[in-house]
Amino acid sequence: MNVVAALVAVIGMVILVWLGVGVLKLYTLFGVIVPYAAFLTFVIGLVYRMVNWAKSPVPFKITTTCGQQKSLPWIKHSRLESPANNFEVVLRMALEVLAFRSLFRNLRADLRGRKLYYGSSKWLWLGAILFHWSFFIILIRHFRLFSYPVPDFIRMLDAVDSFFHIGLPHLYLTDVAILAGLTFLLLRRLVDAKVNYISHASDYFPLFLILGLVTSGMLMRYFLRVDITSVKELTMGLVTLHPKIPQGIGLVFFVHLFFISVLVAYFPFSKLVHMLGIFFSPTRNLPNDNRRVRHINPWWEGVPPKFLTYCEWQEKFKEQLESAGQPIDEDCYKDKKES
Amino acid sequence: MALPKRDELLKEVNYDRMPAKHWMDTKPEFRPGTYCYAGKPSVVEELGLPNPREWQPHDEDWKLPSNWKEIVLNAIKDRMERFRSFKLFMDICVRCGACADKCHFFLGTGDPKNMPVLRAELLRSVIKGEFTRSGKLFGRLAGARKLTEDVIKEWFYYYYQCTECRRCSVFCPYGIDTAEITILAREILHEIGVNINWILEPVRNSAFVGNHIGLQPHTIQENIEFLLDDIEEITGIRPEVPINKKGAEILFVTPSADFFADPGIYTFMGYVLLFHYLGLDWTLSTYAAEGGNFGLFTSHEMMRKLHAKIYHEAERLKVKWILGGECGHMWRVVHQYEDTMLGPAPKNLEVPKSPITGTVFEHAKSTKIVHICEFTADLIAHGKLELDPSRNDHVVVTFHDSCNPSRAMGIFEEPRFILKQVCNNFYDMPENTIREKTFCCGSGSGLNTDEYMEMRMRGGFPRANAVEYVHEKHGVNMLACICAIDRAVLPPLMNYWVPGVQVCGVHELVGNALVIPGEKKRTTDLRFQPLKGAEEA
Repeated sequence: MNVVAALVAVIGMVILVWLGVGVLKLYTLFGVIVPYAAFLTFVIGLVYRMVNWAKSPVPFKITTTCGQQKSLPWIKHSRLESPANNFEVVLRMALEVLAFRSLFRNLRADLRGRKLYYGSSKWLWLGAILFHWSFFIILIRHFRLFSYPVPDFIRMLDAVDSFFHIGLPHLYLTDVAILAGLTFLLLRRLVDAKVNYISHASDYFPLFLILGLVTSGMLMRYFLRVDITSVKELTMGLVTLHPKIPQGIGLVFFVHLFFISVLVAYFPFSKLVHMLGIFFSPTRNLPNDNRRVRHINPWWEGVPPKFLTYCEWQEKFKEQLESAGQPIDEDCYKDKKES
Repeated sequence: MALPKRDELLKEVNYDRMPAKHWMDTKPEFRPGTYCYAGKPSVVEELGLPNPREWQPHDEDWKLPSNWKEIVLNAIKDRMERFRSFKLFMDICVRCGACADKCHFFLGTGDPKNMPVLRAELLRSVIKGEFTRSGKLFGRLAGARKLTEDVIKEWFYYYYQCTECRRCSVFCPYGIDTAEITILAREILHEIGVNINWILEPVRNSAFVGNHIGLQPHTIQENIEFLLDDIEEITGIRPEVPINKKGAEILFVTPSADFFADPGIYTFMGYVLLFHYLGLDWTLSTYAAEGGNFGLFTSHEMMRKLHAKIYHEAERLKVKWILGGECGHMWRVVHQYEDTMLGPAPKNLEVPKSPITGTVFEHAKSTKIVHICEFTADLIAHGKLELDPSRNDHVVVTFHDSCNPSRAMGIFEEPRFILKQVCNNFYDMPENTIREKTFCCGSGSGLNTDEYMEMRMRGGFPRANAVEYVHEKHGVNMLACICAIDRAVLPPLMNYWVPGVQVCGVHELVGNALVIPGEKKRTTDLRFQPLKGAEEA
């Protein structure tokens, strides 16, 4: 049901583009207005999202410590797993964001009879790394369509990515990798009973959407060749704010453009914001230095705690204290007289 | 409520078989042994908490206030505004499932709603369904639903089936912390009077008497006298235990269970012997007589109220610094909350400095509170303790990393260093079950009550399973830990899953090994069990 709904949504988009561009010839709408609107939604949405998070304070320093604390000088502390200062936090975050450190820890629990066994389980990590890094490199590669002249490092990236010179045009390694990653992530959601049970349609939707995006892109490059010069004319027009629609770009390009538009517009309002959210995560982005550096909670600062004071307590248990021979604090009475 | 036999408890558990029904269509079954009793009206009332009444979770009618829905929705909004963690964690989960089989309650029940992702989804779905347009529009497709009374019952069942151990947060690629979500969910439930007595009664006692079971000042002293009698019988020495002594150098705060509950009392005997050996200038307080803090399991406000008396007492007694005993959640509060909610520390406190070794505990320079394992490890490293580890030769020891000191503090090496110095037979449990990946005892966060026994045995199963491994492989018969709840709940857990394994605090073993000038030849350990070789002699 969830899978079907998500798939239908993505197929619906293809039909929409076919109707809009193929039949009704709404080139400006699909080639200019939708991409601009989507990009604006993306930027404004992300800013709104970050401002909204930032508006709520971080009342407590709740670092999740995954390694030895910094305490006694002769005990080696874990700089990456239990960072003791902000520099070490940056290292921890870098490892998390760039290498998916926590996912790399993943284990699998198996119950046999009444014995539990744990096995290393790095597949999710591998699939995630393949997908995210490929996506990132592909994105950077696309800057050749938005820049003139094309910067050297993008040419270089392009050359490295197509290093093996398989087929013509040369096959990009990242194209293969992202397909492998996406297929794995999708199959995992379908096959793994636990992950399947927790998946919403909104979990399948971005997978199908990106799969559509990648497929349409690959179709353009390897099979239904589109006129790349015209495409660059259009993309350069978009970035220089002088949009124009050259003739003769294939329909598949508009499908591709529509997919990416939907993806970026959907991005800020969905789980995809995890890309920015990770940087805000208080269990990862704070040092484990709680007893050394005081963390301020804005809504408690200047608000004294209410509790049973010693003197009130002493009054309550005076008899017991006296009978047990425990000292009575005379200061309690002194203060009273003074006030 | 008969507890099922050990070999039958997990018969139905299968991590790869999920219910046919969508999780939004299943309801919890309030079966004896799987939930805790509701807070008694008198207790709720005395604490000034909302909606005191007679009710039980197995009742059909929970007697919620008529505007309960409005209260809950406002409470959610309020928490979102005050806690970035909450807002963020509700937004960014991608349901990758890395956390799914990391929760001890999932591993012990196979119940999908015990997967941390789904536990959070119980709340996330309501936030989507009640507050977002996409949720209202797409409903279940977007993982959204409406808030109903059944949802409240479900929250109660599952947020009191999480021990706030944070194991899932270690594995989450975004560090989403279910403990944080559970803490806030319980806080929200409190606003409509949905609570459990096993937490609120200790809270009441701590707030108005000074400790969890309401030991009055003279009773604490009497208990300690009994323990000193035992120490004297075993060692020939009767150490002094200063109480409420003004001007002492160090205020010692430990969970109150160490004063009266087996086996915590042996840990207490260990502390006392150590302080005697060192000639430490210390004092206990019968007012700040509780290191534990069930307020943490109630609300942030309650945690603050209960913890305030420690600094307050340190100020009154004019001590120089505070030493904290072996306790799990106490150390989460001390390490991660204390300075923020009650600091800066009173002016009379100084940066803690060991009077024996001269070590300055720089890492505690703001709070001025040192963990006893840090203190003792420093002593041993400086060669200040004469130890005879052979006095622990009758036990084969492993160490259970308690959740809070592990994942909310990072104290892994200090207790292990001590253990390796005070006993000859120490074996760690398998790597995936210790340190930051340690498993909860199954009864933490105020769920250590007898009416909850079946769920405790299920939740504690992964821990017990790892103990069983070293029990069979190395003959481990002593499970050391640095947590009072552990000391209370691991013995029944061991009896159920791994009979023949006892439970102790680290300082009990220190007390056994410590060679004290003037003591008599010891023939038993601190629990009157014969030392190895003593039977024959």
